[in-house]
Formats: sequence, structure tokens, C-alpha cells
Amino acid sequence: CKKSDLNLTPTNDQIASSVYSTPAGYKQELVKLYASYALTHSSGATAESDIGGLNPGFTDFLRLFWMSQELTSDEAICSWNDTGIPDLNQMTWTSETTFLRGLYSRSIYQITVCNEFLRESTPEKLSSRGISGADATAIQKYRAEARFLRAFQYWVLLDGFGNPPFITENDVIGKVPPKQIKRTDLFNYVESELKAIESDLADAQTNEYGRADKGADWALLARLYLNAEIYTGTAKYTEAITYSSKVINGGYSLASTYKNLFLTDNNVTSKNELILTINYDGIHTQNDGGTTYLINAAINGDMNPASFGVPTGGWAGNRTKNPLPLIFGDYSGNTDKRAMFFGTKLANDEMGVFSDGLRVTKFRNVNSAGVPAPSIEGKFSSLDFPLFRLAEQYLIYSEAVTRGGSGGNAAQALTYVNNLRERAYGNTSGNVASLSIPFFLDERARELYWEGFRRTDLIRYGKYTNASYVWPFKGGAKAGTGVSDTRNLFPIPSADLIANTNLVQNAGY
Amino acid sequence: QTSSLTGKVLDETGLPLPGASIQIKSLNKSTTTPATGIFQLGGLKNGVVIVTVTYIGYETLNQQVTISGNTNVDFNLKPDAQNLSEVVVIGYGTSEKKNLTGSITTVSAKDFQKGAITTPEQLIQGKVSGVNITSNGGAPGAGSVIRIRGGASLNASNDPLIVIDGVPLSGNTIGNAPSPLALINPNEIESFTVLKDANATAIYGSRASNGVVLITTKKGSAGTPVINFSTNNSYATIAKKVGVLSADQIRTVVNDNPDVKYDDNPDHTFKALLGNSNTDWQDEIYNNSFTTDNNLSLSGAFHGVPYRVSGGYLDQKGLLITDRLKRATGGFGISPKLFGDHLKIDLNLKGSLTEAHFANQDAIQNAIQFDPTQSVYAENKYGNYFEWIQGDVPNPNAPRNPVGLIRLKDNNGKTERSFGNAQFDYSFHFLPELHANLNLGYDVSKGYGTVRVPIYAAQSAATQGSFTRSVGTQRNKVSEFYLNYAKYVESIKSKFDVTAGYGYYDNSSTTYNFASYKGTGEVISTPTFPFAVEREKLLSYYGRFVYTLADKYILSATMRADGSSRFAEENRWGYFPSVGFTWRIIGEDFLKDSKVLSDLKLRLSYGETGNKDGIGNYNYLSKYYSNTGQGQYQIGDTLYDYYTPAAYDPDLRWETTTTYNAGLDYGFFDGRIYGGIDVYYKKTKDLLSTVDIPSGTNFNNRLLTNVGNMDVRGAEVNLNFSVIKGENANWDFGVNAAYNKRKVTNLSLNPDPKFIIDAGGITGGTGINLKYNAINQIPGSFYVYKQVYDSNDKPLEGVYADLNGDGIINTGDQYFYKAPDPKFTFGFNTSFNYKKWTLSTVLRANLGNYIYDNVSSNFGVKRNILSPTGLINNATTDIYNTNFTNNQYLSDYYIKNASFLKMDNAGIAFDAGRISKSNNMTLRISANCQNVFVVTKYKGLDPESILGIDYNLYPRPRTYTLGFNVGF
Repeated sequence: CKKSDLNLTPTNDQIASSVYSTPAGYKQELVKLYASYALTHSSGATAESDIGGLNPGFTDFLRLFWMSQELTSDEAICSWNDTGIPDLNQMTWTSETTFLRGLYSRSIYQITVCNEFLRESTPEKLSSRGISGADATAIQKYRAEARFLRAFQYWVLLDGFGNPPFITENDVIGKVPPKQIKRTDLFNYVESELKAIESDLADAQTNEYGRADKGADWALLARLYLNAEIYTGTAKYTEAITYSSKVINGGYSLASTYKNLFLTDNNVTSKNELILTINYDGIHTQNDGGTTYLINAAINGDMNPASFGVPTGGWAGNRTKNPLPLIFGDYSGNTDKRAMFFGTKLANDEMGVFSDGLRVTKFRNVNSAGVPAPSIEGKFSSLDFPLFRLAEQYLIYSEAVTRGGSGGNAAQALTYVNNLRERAYGNTSGNVASLSIPFFLDERARELYWEGFRRTDLIRYGKYTNASYVWPFKGGAKAGTGVSDTRNLFPIPSADLIANTNLVQNAGY
Repeated sequence: QTSSLTGKVLDETGLPLPGASIQIKSLNKSTTTPATGIFQLGGLKNGVVIVTVTYIGYETLNQQVTISGNTNVDFNLKPDAQNLSEVVVIGYGTSEKKNLTGSITTVSAKDFQKGAITTPEQLIQGKVSGVNITSNGGAPGAGSVIRIRGGASLNASNDPLIVIDGVPLSGNTIGNAPSPLALINPNEIESFTVLKDANATAIYGSRASNGVVLITTKKGSAGTPVINFSTNNSYATIAKKVGVLSADQIRTVVNDNPDVKYDDNPDHTFKALLGNSNTDWQDEIYNNSFTTDNNLSLSGAFHGVPYRVSGGYLDQKGLLITDRLKRATGGFGISPKLFGDHLKIDLNLKGSLTEAHFANQDAIQNAIQFDPTQSVYAENKYGNYFEWIQGDVPNPNAPRNPVGLIRLKDNNGKTERSFGNAQFDYSFHFLPELHANLNLGYDVSKGYGTVRVPIYAAQSAATQGSFTRSVGTQRNKVSEFYLNYAKYVESIKSKFDVTAGYGYYDNSSTTYNFASYKGTGEVISTPTFPFAVEREKLLSYYGRFVYTLADKYILSATMRADGSSRFAEENRWGYFPSVGFTWRIIGEDFLKDSKVLSDLKLRLSYGETGNKDGIGNYNYLSKYYSNTGQGQYQIGDTLYDYYTPAAYDPDLRWETTTTYNAGLDYGFFDGRIYGGIDVYYKKTKDLLSTVDIPSGTNFNNRLLTNVGNMDVRGAEVNLNFSVIKGENANWDFGVNAAYNKRKVTNLSLNPDPKFIIDAGGITGGTGINLKYNAINQIPGSFYVYKQVYDSNDKPLEGVYADLNGDGIINTGDQYFYKAPDPKFTFGFNTSFNYKKWTLSTVLRANLGNYIYDNVSSNFGVKRNILSPTGLINNATTDIYNTNFTNNQYLSDYYIKNASFLKMDNAGIAFDAGRISKSNNMTLRISANCQNVFVVTKYKGLDPESILGIDYNLYPRPRTYTLGFNVGF
């Protein structure tokens, strides 16, 4: 045996230079960046995960992001006893809470794979691999998308954790701890990235389904600016109007029927409202998170799982905290059809009892004709989740105008709001005559509930932590109580604080 | 004219000893006694010679004999309780027991555990201090976890290296076999030698941190052929069932809670769900089972070449219905000596064929949980097994019918294995003190498995049945060569023994991937790649130097250099030295004439060993892996495949354990009392741990890297008494005790006392971790909430102590409470022999080990009985202690003291000896009971647990065995 015989390589794995050897290889690796939004791991719903320290089924982006936005708010409560879930329900999380650490790790993981793509797709790398001409131009567009996806995840961190570690393609893979970035600096970075890539991205509505284009870029900028005062102390409502207007004028239009947005043929029925989706497939893109989670966790056996397209599913976890149906007033769905609830008991008496609180029936694994999407095990969902849709941009525009931003007008703002309400009511009976700032907090709940906006919205309205607005189990008390304002930010997970001594914990933790 | 010497070799009771060796060293003549004990040595000259008679377990006899014509002399051997002259296998060589410098324990066949033993390691359970052997449960051939001094690692392997006849096993598991050792016939084993301290193990270098177990198989012996047939037939019964509520108790709970409903429909009451039966589901899935184990061996010499041929057939049924293991084994060995005994060859070939039917063990927990008011059968489309239905499908939150789980899953495995070695030992003609030893070994196996679930089975309703298959192969090759030079220099009373060697190990396993199917034949998933090969190579150089002065002072030093394919070139080589010093105090003049002391020896050793097992083969490489068919992603109308970069650490290196050991061996009254004491301290650095790394620096927030330190300290004592030693009666007993404590001293890249990392979850809520590693804690300690009790000592549901005093109960209030590691372990053996009768027993005890009762924490709550998912379940009787409504998984209430005393074995044997004068037939009859009783405070099924979490344990049976052993 020679000493060099000790160099062994695996049978089926590749190295970077072979993966990135052709233009098709670059396309595949761009898809990897999107796939990591949708999956816990590239092997589907298995025991493996891209991130460690959490049950693999919990580790996909949408599930973690959704939990952080909804369970911690007045919109949702989960009956499961898994460590950390009651802490989210009650706003008593700590720097050890695994789900927050999971979200933090998932976001940073996706940033890391985007960085890898950017390192492997520099002009120098392309020319060394003999890729030029139209192929190189296409890859330039891929790079812009990679930067968009990275900016999106930095926005998630900016919004949730404020001051995360900061890594770009200039950092190497290894164990060297990165530096921390301050929230304001991160805001500026995300803003500058989104602006820098604008010209390289495909025009709105011209990219392939599932890929980011200028529309997605503007939509994220609009969302960023709407919350700028929270992020930096400086309001940017004018910019929010500028960019939401760009989206609104980008060729999009509202879907005719609200409920179709959350059915499996939304890519057909609601195509023009969807700006960017996470794509799921019950056979080929399996995941215990994503919309599989949104659907299954929201129903139980007596809700007829088959009618949700998940005949073997029904996990009996998430249902509403009582403010959500009450915001509708008439929550029967007879007037405002956006109210899609099940059950009779509003009160959240017991955290662990699934029927204590109305259930949400918004997301289903069936199409608009009621036909279930294929699912190999009768639980995986094929419903694509709208990460950005036009209705949010209408609401951003209108709220920013109402809050005094310039570049828009109040009449237009009122029209946009009433466009949404006409769709909701099926006629003009629900139209409003005037707008006020508080109105938007409620209207956003009615339009966007359970889509992952609520925590951010409550913080923008100053109602997330303080005692002036409470909901069941807020602060750990059954009736609800205020919590410290420092809970407007999540803590940096203690595991990372220990691993990376450059990091300083957010105040209050 | 030549003379001869004939005679018998007899034991202390006057019975012939087959296999004793008779040597006249001065004439270079030797022979071995056959079954009759009568030997003959021809071709002698008249005169006075010294005859040396040796037999394992007996004192060596050097007797002066005057040969005159055909001389007849009988030799009476005395048992050597302490076996000081016994030759013990050590790494790459042998040593007389009295000269050992390391901490080494040998257990030979006569001391093995008796009864129905189907995997080899169970032979020495409770026999060696500091060695814990815990069976994986009662399934046929289930195998065991072996821990020597608790193990030295966290995330890498804690399994010892196992070497059979000089061939190290790879540590890989073999597909479709219950356990790798289960493929070896325990009847073929002659002895176990356990190497514990670094001086003994360091010559095995990088694989030695967790100790080494050397297994020697039986060999042929010269003399007339001996045929031995043994048959052991046993009957296994269930020793204990999990305490659950009866059907009537369930009815009472339902009737006492008329207001509890599972949804808004007023007709949906639990009462309406009750059945009319009284089913004990555990009785339905378990049965008493029969095992037969038959072995035939023939050994002798053919034209002076000793040989041994053996065959065995085992047919073991399990407690769980349909569980069955069938194993046929064969062995062949010859040991020729050539060139005037200068070249000794040992050739061993062994093979086994195993066929197993694996019962679906999910039935175990489902039988605990299933509603006893329901009958086993019902008319339905699920094979007529009663199931909880929801709408038109089996309720996803319900347990499945335990009998249906077993009967409707057909899981078969078949394994073929062959292993063997050829060892050549050449003592140079011109320099007989110099030996060259070449050992070539192989171990190949192939396993096949199929699992079928029919379309109508409720357990696979989601996929309408399933069919999967698996095929895997293992190929391990070993070649080792060493030179040994041993010389005694009379003038300086010094003995030099030097060994230097080279080893090459190539282990590979191939997994073939197959599509999985629904029961309908529709494909569920197709493999991305047809097969994958995992391969590892190790290249080694090693040496040992032993210097013995005046038979009293022994200095031993070893060195090993290992290069492993698992590390990058810069980190590939590890160097593992050891040194040991032994002072045979008994050899000093001042003790020579002691009537009290018969042995006294001090051993001191230091050494470093390595560990790399339990990590992947290619973890240091930057690689991209492919997605599977379930992990594609859709863009536009196209589903894409892609590659994902894997997290990796290019700097991975060896885990290193430094061990200090001090030992004292003693014997009193001619060895009537003897034993040893060892104390040790082990320090592992560069632990291969999966820990949190700074987020953003790699393709995972956790990475397997070298981080952390762990200390292990402990002490071991063993004591053997020969209480009665007489012509007709003998009574021996041995006790061993060990104290072992592991402690993590660092865990994170930046040492931080606050850092903790999960080390094991439980069943129940998804992703609940219970065991953690933390600084200054025992690895895998329980991290729980402190339960608050009412004045009647009943736990208050959901009420926990606010340990950090911040007014809220959250993760900040969890604390470390107990650990699964036993503080003390004990073994106790005794045998009493009167004439032809022998009574013997083995007991074991663990003290200070704790267990988490996951069975009760999961099932022992009211919410489980009156399930909000619309069904009734059973609960453990612990519900009467807690009255909990909801699961309180992290309450320290469920951490229970699992100290135990077990009688592993009690037996009686009748040794008829020669049963007729006309032939040489011998007979031995034995009756044994295994798992006789357990004394423990723990109320669950079995306090003995590998991970400290009691859940879904396959009950260890109580077994009654009747054995016959016939020799010709």
C-alpha cells in the first residue's frame, strides 16, 4: 500500500469545479438557491436537514418564518407541547428557543449558499470554465437573483434579529467567525443590494415562474421602506410609495377570487397577482414544513382532511387567537369572504386544546375545482406559497400615503383598499369611505392573515409588546399582559453567541 | 532400542484431562492428551528427563521422570486458581499472565455465561470489571453495546475494537443482519481478552481509545480425534409486561369524564367509542418461544497436522410473534507445523448463513397504547384488523393495531458471511529467537433484505402498501506483518522482547439502491444512483519493546503510527505511544517465603490512543451531493435536479485519549484469594463533536469538528475466592466492581461554561431534546424542569420550580438532573461443585444509573386516553400516580433511579464424565435459567438501558435451557 492510496473519494458526490462546469450546471445551482427556500434538505422529508439542532421537519424557511411572525402575535396559537412552541405562543422565548435559532440558522444558511454561487460565478471563474456570450449573460442574471435571495434573507434577519453576523461572497468557508452588522448598516446594505441588482433582473413578469424579477425586487424594497422607521429610526414612506407604485404599474392585477390565491392552481387562477412564490410539490418537493405544515397543522380529523387534499393528514396544531376573527366583526365569511374559519369556540381557554379557538381553512391542497393535488402519502402539499403578492403592495402604497409619504395620492390609496374589499365582499357593500392609520393594521390582518406579516405589522404600530393591546397568553398570562419592548427584536441565539465571540446580544436578553 | 512414556493426565478429581500438553523440552518431544487423557510419547531413550505438563487453568507441572523401557507415569495437575502461568494473547503476540504490564482480563470458555447465548459478547456479561455489556433488547440476535470504562468519546464511536484471531473487525454494520457479532457462533469461541489501559491497547493505535476485545476461536489439537456434540434447547418466556390499564379501568375513566369531548358534535362522545372487548394487547403480540442451538465439532490430527471442523445450527424464535433467526455456521481450521516446527501455520475459515424474519417492533409501543376495550379483529378493509378510522382513512393520530402491524409486514433478511485468516509464524533457522509473523485476513459478507406490506394494511395506508428491498456488501481485508525478537541474556538476567510491524487495512461497503414501491406496484421513489461505495483504508506501523530484569522489573513501551484515509494529508498521521512499568514485588527476596502472599504486582502505565470511528469516510472533503427525487424544485414547468455543497472541515484530525493507569495484582494463600485493583484517568482531547460553529462560515450551523475535552476517571476491583478446594467439592466465587465517571470539560470552539448541546431526544412531541452535553456534566445528562409536588407528594401538573427566579417558567429554568451512566457496576459469579454436580450463578448490578420513563411520559396522561384526535388509547398505570392531563415531557418526575441487581444466570450441570467403560463417550447435562430476577425500584419494563431512555424496548426474555454435551 502506498501512502497516496489513502486518498479516497466518494462514489456519487461531486466537487465544485465539476458541478459548475457547464451553463446547465449554473442553472441547476441557481435552482438550488430557490430549492433551499422550499425544502429542509435536498433529500425531501427525510431525517436530514440543511441546519442542525432542530427536528428536521421543523427546519424549512417558511415554517420557521411563519411561526416567528404568527405564533408570537395575536393571529395564531399552537396546541403542541414541543419545546419552544409555548414560548412563542406566550412571547416568553429566550436565546435558547430552538425555533428562533432555527430561523436564524436557516436564513444564514441560505445566505451562505448564495455566497457560494456568487464565488463560483465571477467573470474570472466563467472564463476559466470556457463560458461566454449568451451563457455568460444569462449567468449574470442568475447572479442578480442570487443577490436578491440573499438580500431577502438579510431582510428576514434585519426584521427579526436586527444585528446578525454579516457574510458575503468575500468570506471563506471554514470556521472563522464573521463580524456582526448593526441594524442600520444592514438596512443600508439590503437597500443598496436591491437597487444595485435592479437593472440585471428580468423585467417584471418576464422571468420563469418561481424566479425573482424586477417586480420582486421592488416589492421587497417597498416592504423594507414601509418599516424603515423601525429599522433605522428614519421613516421612508415616500420611497415605499415609489417602489410599491413600480410594482402596481408593473403589469400585475388582482386575482378575481381571494380564496383561489391559496389553492393549488393559484399559478393559473391568480398568476397576475403573484409576484414571487415558493413552489411545493407533493411528490417531487416533499417537506414537512412549507404549505404542508400550513395546511396540516391547521386542521384535525373532524375537519375532513380529504377536503383539504391531505386525506392522511391533520396535525391539530395551529388555530387563531381570538382577536383575529374579531377583527373581521362578522367572521362567518358571509360578508367578508376572506374570513375562512372553522369551529364555534372563539375563546382560547387552553393553549393545548386545538378546538379552543377558531381554525383557519385558508390553505388547501386542492385546486379551484376542489380536485386534490397528487400527494404520495396523502399529506404533502403541492400548494405554492405567495411570498409577495400584489395585494400587499396596494396596502403598502395606501398605508404609506396615509402616513404622509409623498408621491402618491389619497384617492388612489382609497381605490386600492376598496379594490381589495370589493373582491372580499363580492360587491361594494364593504367599501370604506376614508382611511386612517389604525385602519391598516386591521385591514392587513383581514387581507394577509396567516401569511407571515403580523409580527412586523404589530411592531410598526407599536402594539407588539406593550400593555395597551393584549391578547390571550401574551406575556405568559392567560388574559394577556405587556412584555418588555426589547422583545421587538428576537435574541441572537446563544449557541451562535458562544461560537462567535464577535457577536453582542440584543438588549434585554 | 527406543523407550516410551505412557500415562494419564488427571485433574484434581481424578478425571482425565483432554487437551493437556506433555513436553520433554530437552528432547524436543511433545504431545497432547486426547479425550481419554491417556497419552503416549515414543522414540525416547532411557534416562532421567523433566516432563512439563501444562493445561489451561492448571498449574504447570515440571516433574522428573526416569525413563526405562516402556514407562508408565500418571500426572496429577492442580488447579491454578490464579492462572499466573497462563499464556494470554496480547496485541501482536502473547505474554504470560504474571508478566503482563497492562490492564488485561481474560475470560476463557469454562467461565463463560451459560444458557441460550446467541451472540458472542453475552458470554462475558458481568465477568469483567469495567466492561458493561448491555443487550439491545430481547430480539433474536439483537447484539449488545459494549462499553469499556464508559467509552472515551462523545459523537465518535464508543465501541471497542474487536479483533478475532488477529483480524480486526471493521466496525461497520452488516446490512440485514441483527448485529455483526450475531453472525459468529459463540460456541466457536475459546477465550476473550479485554485490553483496558493504554499500555495494553496503544499498539492498536487509532482504534484503541475505547478498549480492545481480542477473541480467540477454538483450534484443533493433536491426538486422537475428538467429536463433540452439543445441543441446547431453550424456552423463552416474557419476564415482565408494561403495566397498563385494563379494559375496565379504561371504561371507568371514560365514564368518569362524560363532559370531555373531542369536537363540537354532541354525538361525538368517548363513550360511543368504547369497545366491548377485554384485550391484553401485549399478550396478543408476545408468545413464549423455542430456540434450539446444535453444534458438532471434530478435532484431531491428520498426519500430525492438528485440525478442527465444526458446524452449528441455530433456530431462535423471538418473544414477538413471527420473529425468527436461523443461522448455520461452519468452521475449518488447521495448524500445521513445518520445518521442524520452525514454521507454524494457522489457517482458519469460518462461514455463516443467516436468515431472519424481523417482526415489526413498532407493535411494542402500539400494544401499550392500544385501547383494550377493542377486539383484535373487526370487519373492515384493513385485513380485518380493528383500526381507528377517520373519514375514509386510518386516523393518522391513532396507533395502529399491534397484531396487524406484525402480521401485515413481512420483513426478511438474509446474510452470507465468510471470514478467515492465514497466519504464518516463522522462527528463523539461524536465529530461533527471531520470528517473522504474517497474518492475512478477510471478512466478506453480503446481505439481502425485502420488506413487503400489502395494499390493505393500515400501517401503510398512505402509500397503499409498500415494497422495498436492500442489498449491501462488506469487504474487509487485513494484512499484517511483524518481526519479533525475544532473547534472555543470563549474564545480566535480562530479557529483551522486541516487536516491529506493519499493517494495512482496507474496509469497504457497498450499498445498492433500489426503487421503493407502493403495494399497487406504483413507484414511490427511484434512487438517484444505483449504488454507493464507502471505503476506508488504514496504514500502520507499530512496535513494542519489553525489557524484563530479573523477572521482577518489566518495562514495556509501544508505539503506533496510523494513517487514515478519513483525514486530509496534513492531518492524516497519528502517533500513539505508551509506556508501562511493572514491578513483580512477589519476586523480591523479602516476599519469597511469604506464606500469605502468593502474588503481588504493581503496574503503572501511560499511553495515548486515538479514535476516528463513528465519523464519515469523507468528512474532510469539500463535496457537492445530489438531491433525490423528493427534493427537486420546480421553476417554470420544469423540475430541476441540483447539487448541494456539504459542510466540511478540512482540518479534521484524530481524537486523542491519554490514559494513566495504576494497578495492583495480588494473590493470597497460594492463589486461594486473588484479584486486582486498577485506578485510571483518561483525558480525551480534540473530541470529534458535532457542535455549533459561527453561523455563516460553513454550509451548516453545526459541523463535525475537533472540539472539546472529556475526562474519565474510575477504579476497578476484582476479587476471587476459592472457598473450598477439595477432592470432591469446590466452591469458587468472584466479585468485580467498577466506578466510572465521565465528565465533559470543554465543548465549544470558544470555551464557554454556558454552552450546552443536545445529545438525545425522546418520543412524544416532535424534536424534544432531553439529554444534553454540557461542561462539568456527565455526557448525555438529563436537562429538565424541577417538578413541584403537593403535600401528598403528588406532582402538580405543569408546576415547576422557577430556578432562575425571573418569575416566568421557560427554558431558563431547566437544570441538569442525573445521567444514564451508572456510577458503580458490579459483577458476581459463583460456582459450587460437588463430585459430578456443579451449581453456578452470575449476578450483575448497576448503581446510580438513571432512566427517563418515556413510556409513561408519553402514554401515562389523560389526554392520551381521551385523545382530542377522536379516539381512546391506553395509558400506563403511572397515570394513577400523576393524574396528569397533558404530557409533561420535561418534568424531572420521569427521571427514575434505575439501579438494579439482576441474576443473569443460574444453572446446574451434571458432568457424567465417561459413561461407559467400553468407549470414550462423555456426557454433560446442564439446565440453566437466564434473566432469573431483577431487583430494582424502577417500575417500568426494565431498568437496564443503553441510552437511559425507556421506550419501545423489546423485552429481554426469561429463558430456560436444557443442554446436552456429548463427547467421543
